[in-house]
Amino acid sequence: MKHTLAVLVENRPGVLTHISGLISRRAFNIESIAAGYTEEPDTTRITIVVEGNEIEQEQVVNQLSKLVDVIKISDLTAVDSIQRELVLIKVKASMETRADILNIVDIFRARIVDVNRETMVIELSGDETKIDAICQVLEDDHGIIEIVRTGKIALARGPIPAKDQ
Amino acid sequence: MKMTGAEAIIESLKNEKVDVVFGYPGGAVLTLYDALYQADFKHILTKHEQGAVHAADGYARATGKVGVVIATSGPGATNLVTGIATAYMDSIPLVAITGQVAVPLIGRDSFQEADIRGITTPITKHNYLVKKVEDLPRVLKEAFYIARTGRPGPVVVDVAKDVFAAALDYQYPQEVKLRGYRPLFAGNLETIDKVFEELKLAQKPLIFIGGGVNLSDSSGVLKDLIEQTGFPVISTLMGLGSLPSDHPQFLGMVGMHGTYAANMATTECDLMLGIGVRFDDRVTGLLSEFASKAKIIHFDIDPAEINKNVLAHLRVVGDLNWSLPALLQRVEVVSDKLKEQARSWTEKVLDWQRENPLTYEPQTELVMPQAVIEKVSELTQGDAVIVTDVGQHQMWVAQYYGFKSPRSFLTSGGLGTMGYGLPAALGAQCGLPDRPVILFVGDGGIMMNCQELATAANYNFPVKVLIFNNQSLGMVAQWQRMFYGGRYSHTSLKGQHTDFVKLAEAMGVTGLRVTKPEELGLVLAEALATPGPVVVDIRTPETVDLLPMVPAGARLDQMIMGGTEG
Repeated sequence: MKHTLAVLVENRPGVLTHISGLISRRAFNIESIAAGYTEEPDTTRITIVVEGNEIEQEQVVNQLSKLVDVIKISDLTAVDSIQRELVLIKVKASMETRADILNIVDIFRARIVDVNRETMVIELSGDETKIDAICQVLEDDHGIIEIVRTGKIALARGPIPAKDQ
Repeated sequence: MKMTGAEAIIESLKNEKVDVVFGYPGGAVLTLYDALYQADFKHILTKHEQGAVHAADGYARATGKVGVVIATSGPGATNLVTGIATAYMDSIPLVAITGQVAVPLIGRDSFQEADIRGITTPITKHNYLVKKVEDLPRVLKEAFYIARTGRPGPVVVDVAKDVFAAALDYQYPQEVKLRGYRPLFAGNLETIDKVFEELKLAQKPLIFIGGGVNLSDSSGVLKDLIEQTGFPVISTLMGLGSLPSDHPQFLGMVGMHGTYAANMATTECDLMLGIGVRFDDRVTGLLSEFASKAKIIHFDIDPAEINKNVLAHLRVVGDLNWSLPALLQRVEVVSDKLKEQARSWTEKVLDWQRENPLTYEPQTELVMPQAVIEKVSELTQGDAVIVTDVGQHQMWVAQYYGFKSPRSFLTSGGLGTMGYGLPAALGAQCGLPDRPVILFVGDGGIMMNCQELATAANYNFPVKVLIFNNQSLGMVAQWQRMFYGGRYSHTSLKGQHTDFVKLAEAMGVTGLRVTKPEELGLVLAEALATPGPVVVDIRTPETVDLLPMVPAGARLDQMIMGGTEG
């Protein structure tokens, strides 16, 4: 099963090397990884989605926790949380097909962020299945030129931040 | 206090009470070496950076202090890699200070530039690249703290060349502030109660000790616990020495080359107390069948060791100096009852031990390697610091030497590094000048770092180097004999022209030779009595099998037994 981990780390050079080095060395099955600054400038938050059973998941958490740069890990899988991913999709679009693409964009509550003679760029945030679904429709009906996805980010509901959990 | 970065490093090493560093100079560390010129601790100049890092490792294992090694950038730093990985696998506290090219040159493929931080990330407990001089005191304070606390390990501090010369206002921090590193000492006492309940239920208990006991210097309380329970004891390679080998409850080493009794007890026990062990594949054999009738209780300071290889029924996470006394306190009250309950089992495993001792056939014409170890054990009364290289001789030492005290057996267990032995022995001797230090090494392994014989001579480290010269890469040849139809692909050293006595003499070391069994006692006694370093070239038979042996991936009770062929 998939686990979503919120990993709080020191915002220092080399931290991502340590994290990715560990994941590679221990042969962990990582599905996505997304990093960015937080409300505290000296802390970076990394959301890691890891595939594996309970024992494997425990190893990922324990091994990551051993890294000196890792301040705190909380497993958001079991708690009520908001999970999002952002995607930008460059899709083939002619004068004739624009209307249909707009229709699809509307249904998925996505946005058009760029348009030119041959293409449109669509922005959508949502959970993984929703993004997979729009990609599928656009590919089948119009053809996708390129896609960029951020990987999942997640935040627990309620007042308690991950660092205090 | 105003000083340069180089001076700040010397000052910080003094603050950490470092009494010796091992190293090799070079371009990027010129400024640091200039400051070392008048440092009041020793610097040992080895002949190769790999020698320096293994020496620092041997020093750390023998003394329990943090070993320190210095090397220059690029090749100097990359030559440390094997030694850092060796220390990492065996959880040895090291601080490696490497020079890096100057900050403006980093990332431009400059002369002697290597990304040693990137290279050593998977083989260090932590590592740093210092580009600002004001970071140096904090980084060094953290490096030593991280290396020696919790589960120990190597830390690399890579320092850009211009940082050594830059000025700072030096102040050594009193304490470290690391949000992400809080090594725990004490764990949960309720778990100790649960462990105690399991002990009271066990009919076939077994205590399984490992390197964690040596590393945490907890062998005293461990011995009390063992004697209060009366339970039989087995050990990993790294746990040897933490309990005297001749202890009446000790069954010897477990695993691929373990004793019959240790392996059978593991297979049959109903409760296993794994203390400072990591259930390595050389110990477990076929993992799914390892101690499959037992509840396993795992004591370790590193939470990530729990359930890594073997699933634990109970976990006791914390320092052994916390958990063992807490358990002992409970056990003492019911000592007689525990002994009584396990009596028939204990008698059974001790019978296995008596009926299936380690054996070999002594030869009249040939010097058997096992006989050499038994002789050394007798001559030193188990009082020496024993260092080995890697291979057949290493396992024979583990089987046949009578260890008496902790930290007296230094060997590369996890990584299995050939070439480790000689420099590690020098480091141990440097740290313990009054103890006899004896190295067992093969004719293969000695050549991997034989340049350090010159270091032994230069500093007059009185290490006794016993070369088991069987003109073969014995361990690999044994596997070829057993599993590859006797096709000795590149393992025979027969007809090679190295004369180890002359090699020793050329380096300034006394060289002796043993070719017949009747010479053995006399020559060994002479070697031990000779001041300064001595090499003894001991001609041993080419095809002696190391037994017992559990083939890789087999169950522990599927041992190949038997004596040895001459």
